[in-house]
Amino acid sequence: MDNSELVAQTASRIFRDHADAQEIILSGNEDWRVALWSAIEGAALPAAFLTEEQGGFGETRAEVYAAGFAVLREAGRSALAVPLAETMLAVWLLAQAGMEAPGGAMSVAPADPRDRIRFREDGSLEGRARRVPFGMAVDRIAVLASRAGQRIVALVDPKDCTERVGRSLALDPTPTLTFDGVQPIAQAPLPDDFDPQDLMQMGVAARAALISGALETVLDLSVRYATERVAFGRPIGKFQAVQHMLARLGGETAAAVSAACSAADALATGQPAEALLLEVAAAKIRCGEAAETGTLIAHQVHGAIGISDEHVLHRYTLRALAWREDFGGESHWALALGRAVCASGTDALWPLLASR
Amino acid sequence: MTNALRFDPIRLPEACQDLRQEVRAFLAEEMARGTFGPGKETSPEEALEFSRRVGARGWIGMTWPKQYGGQELSFLERYVVTEEMRIANAPVRPFFAADRQSGPTIIRYGSEALKQAILPRIVKGEASFCIGMSEANSGSDLFAAQARARRDGDGWRLNGAKIWTSNAHLNDFMIGLFRTSPATTQNRRHGLTSFVIDLKTPGIDIKPIGMMSGTREFNEVVFNDVFVPGDNLLGEIDGAWKQATSELAYERSGPERFLETYDALRDLVALAGPEPDTRMAEGIGRLVAQLHTLRRMSVSVAGMLENGVEPVVEAAIVKDLGTVWEQALPHRVRTLAALHDDEGDGGFEERLNQQMRIAPKLTIQGGTTEILRGIIARGLGLR
Repeated sequence: MDNSELVAQTASRIFRDHADAQEIILSGNEDWRVALWSAIEGAALPAAFLTEEQGGFGETRAEVYAAGFAVLREAGRSALAVPLAETMLAVWLLAQAGMEAPGGAMSVAPADPRDRIRFREDGSLEGRARRVPFGMAVDRIAVLASRAGQRIVALVDPKDCTERVGRSLALDPTPTLTFDGVQPIAQAPLPDDFDPQDLMQMGVAARAALISGALETVLDLSVRYATERVAFGRPIGKFQAVQHMLARLGGETAAAVSAACSAADALATGQPAEALLLEVAAAKIRCGEAAETGTLIAHQVHGAIGISDEHVLHRYTLRALAWREDFGGESHWALALGRAVCASGTDALWPLLASR
Repeated sequence: MTNALRFDPIRLPEACQDLRQEVRAFLAEEMARGTFGPGKETSPEEALEFSRRVGARGWIGMTWPKQYGGQELSFLERYVVTEEMRIANAPVRPFFAADRQSGPTIIRYGSEALKQAILPRIVKGEASFCIGMSEANSGSDLFAAQARARRDGDGWRLNGAKIWTSNAHLNDFMIGLFRTSPATTQNRRHGLTSFVIDLKTPGIDIKPIGMMSGTREFNEVVFNDVFVPGDNLLGEIDGAWKQATSELAYERSGPERFLETYDALRDLVALAGPEPDTRMAEGIGRLVAQLHTLRRMSVSVAGMLENGVEPVVEAAIVKDLGTVWEQALPHRVRTLAALHDDEGDGGFEERLNQQMRIAPKLTIQGGTTEILRGIIARGLGLR
């Protein structure tokens, strides 16, 4: 078993023990978050994207990215509602600038490719970031900012920011944060070859891994329900109409898993810019489509019980849908990919598709 | 279940990308010499000559054992050759079915004499195959086949008819499914046997069936007391249902299951030009993203074949998603092109119309959408 499988197994065990969807619903409160986060930090999962050199576990970038995205697929399988992906991305972003993570839960900004945050001459920040996941519910935010063309990572306390409350489809916090006048706690410049797109691409691949994992559980729940629920004298899974709906859910889940794994692998191994754009945009777009088609099928198969608040299904379906929004929506990435494809011309399309 | 969803990200080895360049150079040469290309109708004779040259390159039966003329190369290398031929619209008709499924079936189930007689000829591009499964009253319901085979000395006599047989009028051989015993009450799949049939044998009558696309492809093949030597039997007498399903796994996951209407996308990108408007760019981006994911899934299945896995469910998923996508593609292209001012090179609409005439067959051939979803449902544990 390689490193990524080991780390993923550890993550899976933690999520099973501390983030069981049914127990969370039955508990009726938020106390579970404390034990879950403490287990996550105890296993050093926030550092999953770092190499040994950066304070993480694997020797190579390929190895730690594989492990990190495997952890996120597991997190998706558990519909994880704590900022693990966000903290992993923040820790990763800090590491790109040679900064050590302060510990605690973190998020990243911007989380929308249209937003820009800049340094003012007095050393404070300026700008806003829309839909910052878990924005005020974390200890620190790693902000990708710029000063006179130089990219800088700034560590910010969210309490210093102005918040406009926002909630995702799954009711997780996604506020818009304004950084005007905020003094960073720490900062360091990024290397010249760091492209702001790198953060967006890591974010998209992270969300794709989460969506694909959530859909895997949605599929498992739906198949199990169809074999147990009896109607008209037999399990509903024996009806061809239901079988074909579930087959489509299986296909959509497979597409999401494949797209997410392929993008993660492309980031891990490093690819030319155009190939990376293709991989990341495909993961964003295909996982988004799979989330839409797949979650609607799952709810249709479950019938009324699936839309009740006491059933676990909505924890997965609403998050799979909500995760589509971050780091640029499908339209943003489709536009970017379409423009790149057209700029290169029709004869360059196949060589691009066949490049790996 | 998670097994059905592995779809590991395969990275094509360097050797594959070198091979890709060789194939592209070869195809460019063939286009330059006029074998095929836009607006060119390749004759059966030209296709056969092309087939021999592909064979001479060692690109037919690449994965097969060396003793039968193969190269023992990987499924990934074969994949690269197949997709480059497909994307170039190369005239692969004389060797495609044999390379993809008939050859592998013979290797697995054929007698030694049959292997030695036929496989080296396929590899040279000189023996082409069609698939004789469907009958007038037996399409998706393969096990309702009525065409019969009865013993005659060391061999067999065939009677009945196969239908929707692609290219039988141009091919040398058929692998056909014939009833050798009645089905039993316990197993309705029992009683069918597979044979390699030389289509030049007396008693075979091949009649064309016209298609709505105007393409000359389908045939009805009638068997009137046709003799088949005993060596041409494939696998188990009365037990062909076991091998028919594995043959279909090869047939279902290849690049031809989502690239059939690729020219519509190529045309759209050309029409859009280097600076498309927002609507066009977003539409093209989505289509390219979907196509990329399909290809990555298909490459992943090739990787599973290479690792000796028989990915029946994964192959069904690729064909279901791939054929539904390629079927919808010309219609999506039509919608995106509708608000574009420029009419392109004039042939755009005509080519798109032809794609739309072909589109309905894509989710029928090689296992209908309904059958595929049944296979996936079985993989999910619902059957």
